[in-house]
Amino acid sequence: MALLQISEPGLSTAPHEHRLAAGIDLGTTNSLVATVRNGISVVLNDERGRPLLPSVVRYLNDGVTVVGYDAQARQSDDPHNTIVSVKRFMGRGLKDLVDLSTLPYHFVDAPGMVQLKTVVGAKTPVEVSAEILKALKMRAETALGGELTGAVITVPAYFDDAQRQATKDAARLAGLNVLRLLNEPTAAAIAYGLDNSSEGIYAVYDLGGGTFDISVLKLTKGVFEVLATNGDSALGGDDFDRRVYCWMLEQSGLSVLSDHDKSLLMAKAREAKEALTEHAEARITAVLTTGELIDLTLTEGQFNELTASLVGKTLTPTRKALRDAGLSAADVKGVVMVGGSTRIPRIQAAVGEFFGQTPLTNLDPDKVVALGAAIQANVLAGNKREDDWLLLDVAPLSLGLETMGGLVEKIIPRNSTIPIARAQDFTTYKDGQTAMSIHVLQGERERVSDCRSLARFELRGIPPMVAGAARIRVTFQVDADGLLSVSARETATGVEAHIEVKPSYGLTDDEIARMLRESIDHAMDDVDARQLAELRVDAQRLVDATQSALAENGAALLSQSERTAIDALLGQMNAALTTSDPSAIKRATEALNQGTTEFAARRMDVGIKRALAGHKIEDIGI
Amino acid sequence: MDFNQDHFALLGLAPAFAIDGERLDQAYRALQTEFHPDRFAHAGEAEQRLAMQWSTRINEAYQTLKSPFSRAKYLLELQGIQAMDANNTAMPAEFLVQQMEWRESLMSTVATADYPGLQALEKAAKAEADRLLGELAADLDERRDYLAASETLRKYRFLEKLLADIDNAYAELE
Repeated sequence: MALLQISEPGLSTAPHEHRLAAGIDLGTTNSLVATVRNGISVVLNDERGRPLLPSVVRYLNDGVTVVGYDAQARQSDDPHNTIVSVKRFMGRGLKDLVDLSTLPYHFVDAPGMVQLKTVVGAKTPVEVSAEILKALKMRAETALGGELTGAVITVPAYFDDAQRQATKDAARLAGLNVLRLLNEPTAAAIAYGLDNSSEGIYAVYDLGGGTFDISVLKLTKGVFEVLATNGDSALGGDDFDRRVYCWMLEQSGLSVLSDHDKSLLMAKAREAKEALTEHAEARITAVLTTGELIDLTLTEGQFNELTASLVGKTLTPTRKALRDAGLSAADVKGVVMVGGSTRIPRIQAAVGEFFGQTPLTNLDPDKVVALGAAIQANVLAGNKREDDWLLLDVAPLSLGLETMGGLVEKIIPRNSTIPIARAQDFTTYKDGQTAMSIHVLQGERERVSDCRSLARFELRGIPPMVAGAARIRVTFQVDADGLLSVSARETATGVEAHIEVKPSYGLTDDEIARMLRESIDHAMDDVDARQLAELRVDAQRLVDATQSALAENGAALLSQSERTAIDALLGQMNAALTTSDPSAIKRATEALNQGTTEFAARRMDVGIKRALAGHKIEDIGI
Repeated sequence: MDFNQDHFALLGLAPAFAIDGERLDQAYRALQTEFHPDRFAHAGEAEQRLAMQWSTRINEAYQTLKSPFSRAKYLLELQGIQAMDANNTAMPAEFLVQQMEWRESLMSTVATADYPGLQALEKAAKAEADRLLGELAADLDERRDYLAASETLRKYRFLEKLLADIDNAYAELE
């Protein structure tokens, strides 16, 4: 029986329908999707009532792609085509990957990002992740009974630009409208903070399957302000498994294993680790393809010894984050534990010891990130008059440019509140120099070779001048998703050479379109029809936004003729929407965007006055 | 509303070195509550773009005014003075001698893992930094002696760097 939907009182000012929005935790080991229903954030289960979706994708040679538990079950039988922990490869080149020997995949080195050879060809981590996202999207749309307006997708706070861009690309490939990339510890803080209506300094310790984050936040009335974040985007529960796996090899005197056995023993290592969260020892038994029998017992003490250095590796970033926030462990009012790996007793003890208090574990560490993301998605989709809380996050890593001598000049320091823009002037070093090479880097070290290269581009057409006379202003902008764009212009002569770069691993729209065409799932789809549908969704969103803006303060801010002009554009848009002509819809969308820019600016001004006056809009007579 | 108005006007404060930190925080939060891109995630493209620009602008204003160093530097810029310009390097000899002594003391405390020595150095450096902040307030808000303020600011810069290095030294000793 279909249940009647009743909206929460006072939540929606405009009488529009509830927009379907979801929060997605795209995890290394498991992924989840959650949504806000009747004001409460809930994880959406699969048809068999299971909340988690194992982040495992298996490609079959008949073109079918299997995601989740069914793929996981065949991991050992079909290791090359069953991709686990793909998040570790997002935005990473082959040279970035360690522990290749324990991975059963056939890697293909490709510019920007590594690829994995499967029975249906080479797959990028973006494509593999998109399969997981598609499965979650379908789960959400089935449960909610309609198409999603948008989704918030979480990323580790310590993800760099390459990893964030790759995540966003995967979402686009999965056909999701990304409302925001949200940092995982921040998402957890939202779920906790809104639950407990807490105030003060909180630390979020997030140890997932493949990544570690520590974030320090200040919670004041309705504001979540991230003060500092740190972490290690290649440290997680997988590493604990690998330690156990290596111990098993050592104990059994094994060295060379088939890929099947590697997968099998890694799975056994994980089971043993999980068993030790509740038992003092774990028995490990396995029969290898060689017929060899493995029968070992691992005690909690041995496990703690094997993994002690990993626990230590999480405390160093924790110290750094506190120092960057200008705080000490004693200033922290509560420590929130996030991620399945925080179930390990030794980790809870070590974190408790470090902060001098028992960490908070009252929300399920596997679910808390998705729950927070759903709350944020609900607000961003416009379902809530969102004046009750605000999120201020930071950029985790410093951004800079290469200067003479292979050194990095930092432009945006780590832990800057986003969005942020910074400009820096550079000059030519040779007489008559007409071009300049700009190399964008991310990281904390001083040398170029120790930082991550994000992009290289050339600024051409600088008028010939004596050395040092040109003024090249390079501007870095980091948006609210934590994504960077860079522009440069020559300012001394007024001759503009303006360029926008997207970091080199970012996929272009054409590449996304090509991948969509190639993707087996979409082979039956008409790509043009899909594009038309996307244009319609965008256009409709703009019409809705414009109409609600007009209803709110169109009368106060627009003259009769301005109003008429916008109404005319809306009329043209509605006319375009009745056709199936993509270029007409695109033109009408651009025209309406253009035609409402001034109105948008005036609405901003009203907001400024209202904010500074500390009054509601009705008080100042608008 | 003018996008190019100064940081103080944007945050509704009078341009002065001595500011009410609480009011600054409140004005900042009130503005971000209006303009943060999260408020416009479902709005049209034009509004989304403006929200990012405004929110960026508000962050810049807040960060500039929050730190005493950048606030003083900014106040001097409003007076047309580039206090940290590479040409403005002249410093009184006795100040530089004191700095060198402190630097040497820092190196030796680290070399000998002298924790109490480091704490004593930090205390002395903090006291001097605070004294310079008081002097800056007098230079900027009372005497309006901007040249004197520039020199005080350059001195304060030395102290800030020293305190940052002391902080790093603690990390090394840990």
